[in-house]
Amino acid sequence: MATLNVNQREYTANARPDTPLLWVLRDSLGLTGTKYGCGMALCGACTVHLDGEPVRSCVTPLSAAQGRAVTTIEGLAPSSDHPVQRAWVQEEVAQCGYCQPGQIMSAAALLARTPTPSDADIDAAMAGNLCRCGTYQRIRRAIHAAAKLAGGTR
Amino acid sequence: MKTTRLSRRVFLKGAVVAGAGLTMGFDLAGGRRALAQTEPFVPNAWIRITPDDIVTVIVGKSDMGQGVLTSMPMLIAEELEADWSKIRTEQAPAAPQVYGNPAIGGMQLTGGSTSVRSSWLTLRQAGAAAKEMLVEAAARQWGVDPAACTAENGAVLHPPTGRRLTYGQLTDTAARVPVPPNPKLKDPKNFKLIGKRVKRLENPPKVDGSAIYGIDVKMAGMLIATVVRCPVFGGKAKSFDASGAQAVAGVRHVVPISSGIAVVADAYWPAKLGRDALVIEWDEGPNAGLSTAGIRAMLEAAAKQPGRVARQEGDAATALAAAARRVEAVYEVPFLAHATMEPMSCTASVRADGADVWTGTQWQDGTQKVTASITGLPLEAIKVHTTLLGGGFGRRFEQDFVTETVEIAKAVSAPVKLVWSREDDMRHDFYRPATYNALAAGIDAQGRPLAWSHRIVGPSIAARAFPPLIRDGIDPTSVEGAANIPYAIPNIHVEAIMKDTGVPVGFWRSVGSSQNAFITECFLDEVAAAAGRDPYELRRALLTKSPRHLTVLELAAAQAGWGKPPAPGRARGIAVAESFGSVVADVAEVSVSSEGEVRVHRVVCAVDCGLVVNPDTVEAQMEGATVYGLTAALRGAITIAGGHVEQSNFHDYPLLRINEMPTVEVHILPSAEAPGGVGEPGTPPIAPAVVNAIFAATGTRIRSLPISTHELRRV
Ligand code: FES
Ligand code: FES
Repeated sequence: MATLNVNQREYTANARPDTPLLWVLRDSLGLTGTKYGCGMALCGACTVHLDGEPVRSCVTPLSAAQGRAVTTIEGLAPSSDHPVQRAWVQEEVAQCGYCQPGQIMSAAALLARTPTPSDADIDAAMAGNLCRCGTYQRIRRAIHAAAKLAGGTR
Repeated sequence: MKTTRLSRRVFLKGAVVAGAGLTMGFDLAGGRRALAQTEPFVPNAWIRITPDDIVTVIVGKSDMGQGVLTSMPMLIAEELEADWSKIRTEQAPAAPQVYGNPAIGGMQLTGGSTSVRSSWLTLRQAGAAAKEMLVEAAARQWGVDPAACTAENGAVLHPPTGRRLTYGQLTDTAARVPVPPNPKLKDPKNFKLIGKRVKRLENPPKVDGSAIYGIDVKMAGMLIATVVRCPVFGGKAKSFDASGAQAVAGVRHVVPISSGIAVVADAYWPAKLGRDALVIEWDEGPNAGLSTAGIRAMLEAAAKQPGRVARQEGDAATALAAAARRVEAVYEVPFLAHATMEPMSCTASVRADGADVWTGTQWQDGTQKVTASITGLPLEAIKVHTTLLGGGFGRRFEQDFVTETVEIAKAVSAPVKLVWSREDDMRHDFYRPATYNALAAGIDAQGRPLAWSHRIVGPSIAARAFPPLIRDGIDPTSVEGAANIPYAIPNIHVEAIMKDTGVPVGFWRSVGSSQNAFITECFLDEVAAAAGRDPYELRRALLTKSPRHLTVLELAAAQAGWGKPPAPGRARGIAVAESFGSVVADVAEVSVSSEGEVRVHRVVCAVDCGLVVNPDTVEAQMEGATVYGLTAALRGAITIAGGHVEQSNFHDYPLLRINEMPTVEVHILPSAEAPGGVGEPGTPPIAPAVVNAIFAATGTRIRSLPISTHELRRV
């Protein structure tokens, strides 16, 4: 039994310490907002925050997440109203939507570091997140919009 | 105003099915569905109105990102005069007799860019009928003439007396009003919702993790399965040793199924570790020696023989022989994987008296049928719950992952969720066919194209998936986009040869047009170059009898500034293609670095898709379809060695990333014609537009995809 802090709640998970955090979240804790896309840190669908830093949970063993604060898409903002989430709805980014939790977690981490990112900053921070539906143009637009929304509420 | 007579039988039958939907409707929006109240008004299979004024639209199409959970309700709400803020959605059960797609043989199938096209009248009629019933109900309650009443924003009004009743207040009375046989549809000029940028109903749950895809289904006592399949197509397990797998903590069962060996565990990770520990001896079967080079040689050899004629106009052979100039070329395209972001997944519970299947399927009655045939249960005992699809693109029309799940659930007598790995998904797809194409064109002394001949050789999708589609030895999916080239060339000959290669093939976003637009639109560019004519002007000259193509082409060219020099270092290419009832033209602006690196900077896309239901969705689909086609053009290739797929994940089947994303500008042609398709038509023109731009930039003519296999240098 391992204890884990996810979205400011303590959980116990019955999983081997080398189990990727992704599968602990999805299967043991029932938090299915974090998605599986490749299992090899190639697509970003599984992105969560570990002490505020974006990580690929598919290659992060449970043991490495213990004693640290894990944030998933379900816990990004109390009422799902993080500026990035609001911008994503405003700009109608999602198509199938499967990659979007990972995109949003990467974008939120970017804005925490760089409140008004340039296109180049966006490319650098988001290049690890694939979207097969091809929503990149709107992702870019939505990140700029989120920067404005966040600025406006500060 | 045109109205179409409604089958009352369908409405009544539909009501029964929708009633059943009440008890089994799958909650796809993550718990946001309104609670069913007593006494709902269910006028037909698509609408349920409850006393709390909530209008639930039962959607018979699957959501794979194309927006049907908004566009289908828009069609109903428009005619129903509903209050849009009160609209909720629910996925329909499998019931092809009601939700079947008339555009696709009555199957309950989401594909072929048919959702809006096939629902355009039906759903508007459903909404109009319900509205007339509500108006009649109010009139009866007030004892007034229904003609004196109006409906608006979810309520019926009686303007002379100022009385008003909401739809929720009328459910009881309306339920007793007969279904009108011939409801009157609105004049499109009075549309309030259709044509507007209506916000997507299904998008909020897609940003907070609450949206449920097939891979997210949970139920009590559920086990999780993985399957090891023979890497070689058609191979079978000869024997296996399960002891290593069974030694993994959490592994519950190891069971052979028709496609391979399943490892069933408490969670995905132990199932995966168990699978890694399996020892299997395979009988690789007749495809063990298959390779990409061998397949290419097979197709090339087949191309020596004449094929079945798909189009014949004039006498191309004679005209070619007499032409002042001849252009000849061979064009080739590789196999391609769908690579939906969500790998295949399905959950099934099989009991003695019935079965439930939860999955993101593009074909509900297909899912129902395979489940019935595996379990031996009657169709009515099989409930199909459609989740959101983490991408479809034609892949989720297939039932292979459903078959596996139901076989496993039956074998272990517990609910089972099957999760494919990315590697499974990449290596066990139904691939876009690889084809070999021999083309020839004849040009007269004035530079006018006189003859066009095209022989297509490749595996047939229909032969595997749907043989009745084949007519006179021709699979229409292999010649679409080739037999129907719109150009006024007096002698045209297009023929096709079906050649099975051992690699399973399937429907891939825009199907035959996805490769045929590349082949025909690039070859036409070659003809233009040979004739010394501007590729845009030559197309214009040949499109005088195809006004839709011409208008779209001219719009794209004008918006892109064709004829004016592009930014330094860039070159432009143009292409136009019709598919699924819509015409799309692209102008691509491309640069090629001194190291030969191709960069697509800007794509100007013009589309005529008839009357538009939601312009934002059309733009989104054009953007997405462009990216899908661009990934394929730049670097998409599935290659075969030793009978198996060499690629396995996104490192060797790389997708376009945000840092490579061009600007995509979408221009929609205003149109009052019936709607055309939107999900697929954006894919075909992008590959030829880019390849033609590369020719303009480098003088190198690329005749096989992907572009990454060619050495390029800027001139
Ligand atoms: S699933 Fe982790 S990066 Fe793809
Ligand atoms: S929205 Fe479908 S993969 Fe990104």
